[in-house]
Amino acid sequence: MPNYYIQSYIPILMLLAVVILLAVGMLVASYLLGQHRPTREKLTAYECGITPTGDARHRFSVKFYLVAMLFILFDVEVIFLYPWAVIFKELGIFGFVEMLLFLVIVLAGFAYLWKKGALDWTKADSGGL
Amino acid sequence: MPPVTPVHYLFLSMALFTIGVIGVLTRRNVIIILISIELIFNAVNINLVAFSSQFASISGQTFAIFVIVAAAAEAAVGLGIIIALFRNKETVNADEIDLMKW
Amino acid sequence: MQTSDLIRILPEIILAVAGIVVMLLGAFQKQNAGRMHPAIALLGLLGAAGAIAYQYPWRSLDPAFGGMLELDAFSAFFHILFFLVAALVVLSSSEYVAQERLASGEYHALLLFATMGMGLMASSNDLIMIFIGLEISSLASYILVGFRRGVATSSESSLKYFLLGSFATAFLLYGIALMFGATGATNLTEIHLALQAEQNTVTAMASPQLTPLVGPVPTALVGLSIALLFVGFAFKVSAVPFQIWTPDVYQGAPTPVTAFLSTGSKAAAFAVFLRVFMVALEGSAQDWVWLLWVSGLLSMVLGNLAALLQTNIKRMLAYSSIAHAGYILVAFTAHSEEGVAAVMFYLAAYALMNIGAFAVVSHFGNRGERYVEMEHYAGLGYRAPLLAASMTVFLLSLIGIPLTGGFFGKFYIFRAALHADLVWLTVLGVLNSAIAAYYYLRVIVFMYMHPAAEQIPVERVRPAMGFVLIFSMAATFLLGIFPQAVLDFASQAAALLLENLGNGVL
Repeated sequence: MPNYYIQSYIPILMLLAVVILLAVGMLVASYLLGQHRPTREKLTAYECGITPTGDARHRFSVKFYLVAMLFILFDVEVIFLYPWAVIFKELGIFGFVEMLLFLVIVLAGFAYLWKKGALDWTKADSGGL
Repeated sequence: MPPVTPVHYLFLSMALFTIGVIGVLTRRNVIIILISIELIFNAVNINLVAFSSQFASISGQTFAIFVIVAAAAEAAVGLGIIIALFRNKETVNADEIDLMKW
Repeated sequence: MQTSDLIRILPEIILAVAGIVVMLLGAFQKQNAGRMHPAIALLGLLGAAGAIAYQYPWRSLDPAFGGMLELDAFSAFFHILFFLVAALVVLSSSEYVAQERLASGEYHALLLFATMGMGLMASSNDLIMIFIGLEISSLASYILVGFRRGVATSSESSLKYFLLGSFATAFLLYGIALMFGATGATNLTEIHLALQAEQNTVTAMASPQLTPLVGPVPTALVGLSIALLFVGFAFKVSAVPFQIWTPDVYQGAPTPVTAFLSTGSKAAAFAVFLRVFMVALEGSAQDWVWLLWVSGLLSMVLGNLAALLQTNIKRMLAYSSIAHAGYILVAFTAHSEEGVAAVMFYLAAYALMNIGAFAVVSHFGNRGERYVEMEHYAGLGYRAPLLAASMTVFLLSLIGIPLTGGFFGKFYIFRAALHADLVWLTVLGVLNSAIAAYYYLRVIVFMYMHPAAEQIPVERVRPAMGFVLIFSMAATFLLGIFPQAVLDFASQAAALLLENLGNGVL
């Protein structure tokens, strides 16, 4: 069994070798052949030609985390809709009502967030959270 | 090409599980710890789906869906708690969270 | 699914609806309109309790949702206990919520959601449902622990609880997945049958296109799975060596939440612990009994010894709660019908006395939980005689003095252990309760025999808090003088839980 494995991976290994050689070769060639006249301007971080301001590692606003949190929740709730949609016809009216109830509960959560101001980007205090 | 058997999945999931456990035990940034825990949850999902196809039973896959949702809810709660702590203590380093002795 | 299925989860439905209503009210109401929230929460709990009563007799309906939920006397017992605990916590936290200006809507909504999850845990007969119930109740309690948002200790304990809790849940989940892989089932009774026959089962939901792999149950997977399940549950009941989180979380959490965690959550965790190990894994008892033996002994010793050194009352009660988990594990180690009944009785008695004790601590704590050190209690026996007297009753019951619920709780536990020939464990357990008497009595000594260094302010007791104290005191005495009714109920529930397992029917 191990033999089989190695055989079936040989093309991938070859491709990998070619890719590595190519990349390293290009870097080495440009290093050896090119001219080097570093200036201060050239060594600064590239920011679309504009003079960079401040450190790149500054702190993100906590609101991003809040949005990420809410996104995860509402994004993943949808997963229940997939299996439901597949057998929607077999479930009939009962399944429909059931899913409506589920969505009402999700919407209740949404209404709560909205009212609390968690979705308001400009609000200074990000709601009750 | 040999077939992929449930044992392969089991090994994959155990590897993920181990990586997750090591991550929780050695990392100091609470966000990374959270990610490691999510990794374990995904190891569980791989197991469940693999066993589910082994037994030709749908219950494992159903379970996996619930695990995904629970993991998401847990991540959201975790982020909320981390934000709350950060507002009070200005740190996400597990070593500095030491107001009470362990 | 039929209507009977929905009736089965009626208590949970009522709690969820009440929780959502409270949550939305909290967001949409004007400021300071929080008076309605506790009332709605109590109504919801009452309605849920009514739904449990409506389901009587509990075994008459078939298991709901294809065997996922089993509403037997066992789960009814725990449902009633949870509702009682939640109602007492709602009542005793009204002072606290007002004083600390907590968001009352969210607070009560989360309490209701947590109670709902615990109810699901108690009645679930399937690993999937157990996981879902556990997650619902734990997620709500992670947030509740960090509810004093401006206080660093509260957020810190919330984070610790969350990280360690989800780590333990992940272990539990991996154990569940392995058990599913070993037996092909997630239903507890099916797992029991598969383990007994040493042949994995294929559930009714098997799809026709694929050929299932039927074969013997791999013992290694089962062993690993039992170990992982044990880790998960031992964490939730805060048994050694997975107790690390307990003192920090109990200290940093708002006091009423601590009361809720140490009684409700612990009882719920023990309910699933019992059901999984006694129903699904009873056949392989020789594999896990020694785990319980060691863990129970260590919990008692470590909990009691560490409690001796504490000066913070909440922290002391946290260590004592570890020790109590140890006593309960002693009865669990007996893994008999009597043992299960003893666990149930003890959980009820412990819940009532501990909620009472934490209610007093919460009241004395005053604004910002300033007065929770042992020395603050000096002289309180004369300045607040009634509160101090009730605290004394609860502490004596925690020691296990006769005439209190704690005495019969311990008595039944050690009797069950002796009947299962666990002589050493029993002797060590009794010795441990003697050690425990020291630190409980120390609080009483402080209250009555130490001069007060600092005159801490004692607020007037509001009616809701007074009711909680009187109720839990009365219940503690009732369980200590007439324990028979509760014990009979617990014994019947235990008998029903285990009835068909021996002969492999069901």
